[in-house]
Amino acid sequence: MSVRVQGEDFDAGAEIARLRRGNAKIGAIAAFVGVVRDVNDGDPVAGMTLEHYPGMTERAIEAIVAQARLRWRILDALVIHRVGKLAPADQIVLVVVAATHRGEAFAACEFLMDYLKTRAPFWKKERTPGGSRWVDARASDDEAAARWEPVGR
Amino acid sequence: MNVRLLYFARLREAFGIQAEEVALPEEIRDVGALSRWLQGRGGAWRAELAPGRAYRVAVDQEMAGASTRLHEGAEVAVFPPVTGG
Repeated sequence: MSVRVQGEDFDAGAEIARLRRGNAKIGAIAAFVGVVRDVNDGDPVAGMTLEHYPGMTERAIEAIVAQARLRWRILDALVIHRVGKLAPADQIVLVVVAATHRGEAFAACEFLMDYLKTRAPFWKKERTPGGSRWVDARASDDEAAARWEPVGR
Repeated sequence: MNVRLLYFARLREAFGIQAEEVALPEEIRDVGALSRWLQGRGGAWRAELAPGRAYRVAVDQEMAGASTRLHEGAEVAVFPPVTGG
């Protein structure tokens, strides 16, 4: 299990290859890549800056991974989240889950993303033609995370 | 009680401060009381931390609620709802 918060981009293929190397128990790998869109709430987005809470960020993601391990039989997991300045089409986040079968890999990967979006201390500030603005939290993200209750809380 | 306060994102900008060490009055023992004490500073503090406003508090890097107890040397962070991923 590995959690990384970094400014640099990542190579999802290389990360998946590294994670599964030498482990023939793995029968399924689910991966999610989050990408910066060039439009949000109807406005063009020229780029964004991701701020985080160093120390708590890593702890919060590790706690989320630990919860996923309690719920599904996961063989391995990796979370990489970028911070700093990002441009449209840049990758923001990678979640990879390895399991014996696909059901657990899919479910745990979606759970990790839903919880990460509502519990890990990251904040986006986007640059638009009207100036820079902090992105507001979405109720739909809370609803997505709530689907996994009550076990998660 | 001495605690270290950290502010992030929109609240860091609204308060114009990133971090501070404060000596709390004896009666301030939990997150709810701390929030009311900070609102007493007026201005952006009162506006941003007023009842009904959406913000989160973490104590020692764990998400906290109004009844979470504070302790000497605690690291208390105040920030908007998160928007990562």
